[in-house]
Amino acid sequence: MNLEKISVIEIKNRLNKNGLIIKIGPFIFRIISPIKYISTELTTLYANNTVLDDAHFVDYTVTISHGSGWRKWLRRQAIFQFDGTEPFVPLPEDHAFPLLEWSMNWCISMHAHQYLILHSAVIEKEGCAVVMPAPPGSGKSTLCAGLVHRGWRLLSDELALISLTDASITPLGRPISLKNQSIDVIRNFVAGAVLSNVVHNTSKGSVSLLKVPAAHIQRIDETAQPRWVVFPKYVAGASARMVPRSKANSMLELGRNSFNYMVLGLKGFEVLSKVIDASDCYDFQYSQLDDAVTAFDDLVARRNG
Amino acid sequence: MSSNLLANAWANPDWQPQLSVRQWESLLGQARQASLLARLAYLHVDAGFLAAVPDGPRPHLEGALRLADRQQHEVRWEVNCIRQALRHVDTPIVLLKGAAYLMANMSTARGRLFADIDILVPHEKIEQTESALFCAGWISDERDAYNERYYRQWMHEIPPLRHVQRNTYIDLHHTITPPTSRFKVDGQKLLRNIQPLQSYPGLYVLAPVDMVLHSAVHLFQEGEFSHGLRDLLDLRDLLNDFSSQTDFWNCLVDRANELGLQIPLFHALFHLHHLFNLSPPTSLEDRVNQMAPNRAARALMAWLLGLALQPDYPSCDSRWTGLARWLLYVRSHALRMPLRLLLPHLLRKSWMQRFPKKP
Repeated sequence: MNLEKISVIEIKNRLNKNGLIIKIGPFIFRIISPIKYISTELTTLYANNTVLDDAHFVDYTVTISHGSGWRKWLRRQAIFQFDGTEPFVPLPEDHAFPLLEWSMNWCISMHAHQYLILHSAVIEKEGCAVVMPAPPGSGKSTLCAGLVHRGWRLLSDELALISLTDASITPLGRPISLKNQSIDVIRNFVAGAVLSNVVHNTSKGSVSLLKVPAAHIQRIDETAQPRWVVFPKYVAGASARMVPRSKANSMLELGRNSFNYMVLGLKGFEVLSKVIDASDCYDFQYSQLDDAVTAFDDLVARRNG
Repeated sequence: MSSNLLANAWANPDWQPQLSVRQWESLLGQARQASLLARLAYLHVDAGFLAAVPDGPRPHLEGALRLADRQQHEVRWEVNCIRQALRHVDTPIVLLKGAAYLMANMSTARGRLFADIDILVPHEKIEQTESALFCAGWISDERDAYNERYYRQWMHEIPPLRHVQRNTYIDLHHTITPPTSRFKVDGQKLLRNIQPLQSYPGLYVLAPVDMVLHSAVHLFQEGEFSHGLRDLLDLRDLLNDFSSQTDFWNCLVDRANELGLQIPLFHALFHLHHLFNLSPPTSLEDRVNQMAPNRAARALMAWLLGLALQPDYPSCDSRWTGLARWLLYVRSHALRMPLRLLLPHLLRKSWMQRFPKKP
């Protein structure tokens, strides 16, 4: 059953008590939190995700709680708790929903060593995936958000889950994280964009999360094969340019942008090699989203033609 | 207090991976918290159970195996770097604890995670050793003059040495307990009985009885009980490995008497029996009982340690657990070690580098 079919009261109830059990990509999360921001944002942004009953094994239980003692009442905090530890420092209560997102990312990137996990976006068209690694601030998420509303399917905005057996990419399908100016850019670019409340003064500036189209969540179990690796960079005023990039160099950069490449050792190297072997690699510069869409569609056209 | 699923996996000889989904979640959570997830995974591998674990929990066990295997690979490499760094220093390099178990290919190393590498050299060689390590890139992080003096004057080890590039740590000891401690041990006595590692000239490990006693005194002296269960498991594995040696148990009790470590050994054996049903041969019962402290101390320690040695996990805490742990900490008078990044937590550091948080 999808989250949208469950009443708001019932969602709040589950979050407050035994947890809301929700399928996110290939993982099952249990989310526990008394904080109202979490309840309202989850209801909106995860409306199309499958909610499960407690007969299912849960991979990660994420608790976002208030502080203890007087912090429960004054200058309230949001604290991420996992297996009896607190991996992060407490944040102000109104950062609770971004904290939930970061917490879920942490759970996956720290523990899910059945995948090679890259810090990159992944989108797909006609069964072929583009892997877009990028350090923060390169415009990857804005680009991803734009493309995903112009015919490309979202696999992930932040974490690429690469299979250790065949290098296929498994979707995670979480809301796309937008920062600062890109929030308005996407509001203008995507008609009817559903966004979480903007949270200001986070360590990344102002943050808002964009809901993933329902159709993409319906295809959450559909993997894709890597076909292109594109390193995006937003450059004000630049025209859209795809410049071929050396495979060897790209592989090194992908390794640098991986969370658990070190952990997987030789296996990680082999899987990354498979990804690079199968992919054309490019540096991509852009300033206008419309130009970017054309450039990416062109990749598909050239592959077909 | 919820059941201690984790200890049961080792304690119960008939244990099977047949748990409810909630129990699997608790078990994995307890194991993760106690740094025992990889060890739990190896339990399944060695018993041929891994394939029988359901599809939900199994990737968590397999992931832990990958992490532990990788880390061990890196520790071996690190030990080799240490050997290289000390090749011109005329001293035996005695590996302690995890590094020793790993390089000696002991069963205790299986699935073990490492925070740092512990080595021991004669007291008079500490300065030379530290200099050689410094030349190879390991520096002391300690900046506080008081702490620096505290370590060098009163402790059994110098401040931790961190490698400037790899961020790995060495704890350099000259004996296994603080010279000021109730259970002080003369490092020379240990050095007289060290055993060479055949495949690694220059590297040594403690004699088997000394390894056991070090583990026992470390558990009950250090004041950090978050890894109590893991340390007890180490002791269990060590004793299982060594007890087939001729007259091992008598030698162990002899050595405990010689080094003045009867009480830590007594407490260790008590809890090994309580948790894992492991006991010395009945012929030794009298000798073991002679090592006991007075009745009141025995009862109190048993209660405190029993609580403190539960995994540090919500379903295992009772409202006494915090108090028990604190009392034990006070008792141990151990210097609170600065928080260090564990090797697996380097992953966390790489995460935090990508998503820096405001302090």
